[in-house]
Amino acid sequence: MSESVNEAGGAGPSHRGVEIGVAVAMAILALIGIYGSLQNGVGWGPDGPRAGFFPFYVALIVLISCVVNLATVVRRMDGTKLFAEWGQLRQVFSVIVPTAIYVGLVPYTGIYVASALLIAVFMRWFGRYSWLVVALIAILVPILTFLTFEIWFLVPLPKGPLENWLGY
Amino acid sequence: MLQDIANLFHGFAVVAQPFNFLLMVVGIVLGVIVGVLPGLGGANGIAILLPLTFSMSPTSAIIMLSCIYWGALFGGAITSILFNIPGEPWSVATTFDGYPMGQKGKAGEALTAAFTSSFVGALFAVIVITLVAPLVANFALRFGPPEIFSVYFLAFCSFVGLSKEPPFKTIASMMLGFGLGAVGLDQVTGQLRMTFGFPEMLNGFDFLIAVIGLFGIGEILLTMEEGLSFRGTAAKLNPKVVFQTWKILPKFWLLSLRSCLIGCWMGISPAGATPASFMSYGIAKRISKRGHLFGTGEIEGVVAPETAAHAAGTSALLPMISLGVPGSPTAAVLLGGLLIWGLQPGPLLFVEQKDFVWGLIASMYMGNIVGLLIVLTCVPLFASILKIPFSVIAPIIMVFCAIGAYTVHNNTFDVVMMVVFGIAGYFMKKTNYPLAPMVLAIVLGDKAEEAFRQSLLASQGSLSVFWSNGLVSTIMTLGLIALFWSQIQSGWNRLRAAHKGLRPAE
Repeated sequence: MSESVNEAGGAGPSHRGVEIGVAVAMAILALIGIYGSLQNGVGWGPDGPRAGFFPFYVALIVLISCVVNLATVVRRMDGTKLFAEWGQLRQVFSVIVPTAIYVGLVPYTGIYVASALLIAVFMRWFGRYSWLVVALIAILVPILTFLTFEIWFLVPLPKGPLENWLGY
Repeated sequence: MLQDIANLFHGFAVVAQPFNFLLMVVGIVLGVIVGVLPGLGGANGIAILLPLTFSMSPTSAIIMLSCIYWGALFGGAITSILFNIPGEPWSVATTFDGYPMGQKGKAGEALTAAFTSSFVGALFAVIVITLVAPLVANFALRFGPPEIFSVYFLAFCSFVGLSKEPPFKTIASMMLGFGLGAVGLDQVTGQLRMTFGFPEMLNGFDFLIAVIGLFGIGEILLTMEEGLSFRGTAAKLNPKVVFQTWKILPKFWLLSLRSCLIGCWMGISPAGATPASFMSYGIAKRISKRGHLFGTGEIEGVVAPETAAHAAGTSALLPMISLGVPGSPTAAVLLGGLLIWGLQPGPLLFVEQKDFVWGLIASMYMGNIVGLLIVLTCVPLFASILKIPFSVIAPIIMVFCAIGAYTVHNNTFDVVMMVVFGIAGYFMKKTNYPLAPMVLAIVLGDKAEEAFRQSLLASQGSLSVFWSNGLVSTIMTLGLIALFWSQIQSGWNRLRAAHKGLRPAE
């Protein structure tokens, strides 16, 4: 990905580079789709169009569109426009990383414990709240969620060792 | 016709039952909160709250969920006017004049104007739905597979033609949606498609997961990137200001009517509320005598986009209940709700589920009246929600998104997919790939494919089946016109310019 600097002095990946990246990523998905459809058969079977028929043409159109989009970006867009500054991207990643860990934790700890941790991390890290406030909200929100979903609306959510230990 | 009116009154009776009425109020309050909070919008707000309705009757459930939608439509205006932060994409145009009005100390008037015009727009659209939807549904009962496919074709072509994004980006995003929708079990042959041996892929990609990820997580990432600071006007709304504004508003009846028509047209064709609000604002600016003052705090600049946005948002439900083709992502989520509650969306709803359909239509009338009263009286309360810092709100929204995603199929893999969709949504939004067509394609993919394959089966593979009778050819041709709309328009303009240009040269 090419780097560029804008007038304000902030640096970051260029918008053009990201556009190309998105188009290429979509084209790869399209190729996977085409490959998958070919495995199912894209022709005419004894009972009409075969399973891969529709997805094959759909993926083909995605691929063609990606080529057109890519061509437009390469020919028309100049490389000086920023996608975002590195500082901004760091903010974005500082959300993605805890969220990814959170999602990974859910199957093991259950959703309530993981949620408490996520809220605590966010509040402490971004909000710089005192531990007391952090603990209060991080514990209250999952308890309220538990009451709403499990008790009042009877919707079961993933539970872990803590809930088992408490007898749920 | 008379039968419809009787049905409508029966619908009112259903909505007026204490439990349903309570759900309506709860729905609107939740909806306004959803509308006010950045990162939560109508579509993903409803998707997240969908699990709460699993244990309700379909009629009660749709009343609550549609009221969340009305609430969200109202809520977007509050933050636009007070904080210059559009809570929803369709309230971006409201910030142009709403925020300057707030800065001049006329926040009360701007809010009253916004809420009242929203109400007028919605009411207009509901009346259109009441009158037109039963006719459309009745007509659509005769549709065979080619006609059904042609309706989908028209809907998706309008996306390409009416979108302000580059057409090939719209097509790429839409077709990707169809592709994702095709993953999993093939409805017709029972074969597995594109699962590549991963058991997690068997169920395919549920569009609710996509909605929660693309709109919920994606939106939070965008908000984090921009960095939020709330510095706004104090929210006060006393009855005197409300009544004074109501006295001025009737002067703009022509503007309102025009905005209503724009809104309904854009809502029924799946362009949606956001372009409707911009278009209405743009036209108002061009036509109004005070047009040159737009952007400095003109009340007309609030009335035009709000009326159109609400009319569009409401009329997007017309094709959803009469044809089973949602006009917006939010309507798509409601349609997904129907499937979960065990109802088959489409024209048969009007025959088989009278209580449900007319309950929904009646709740649109009641919901908007109750909504107007709630927002007018509780503005300061809702505005204070934005005082809660984002570092507290963001993880809580995240948790609710995860719960919403999990409860769709009781599957933790879906929660992982939600995050993947969220990251994809962030990049797609930043690079101007429209998300709505993708979501709609995931929802309608199976049905569109089924209709397409059944049509081809009947015709032994010849595409001429889509031009085999007057009805289906008309819809298909309309679709093609919609597809090439921008080319037709620019070609026409060039032709006219060339024509004009020739004469002085002679």
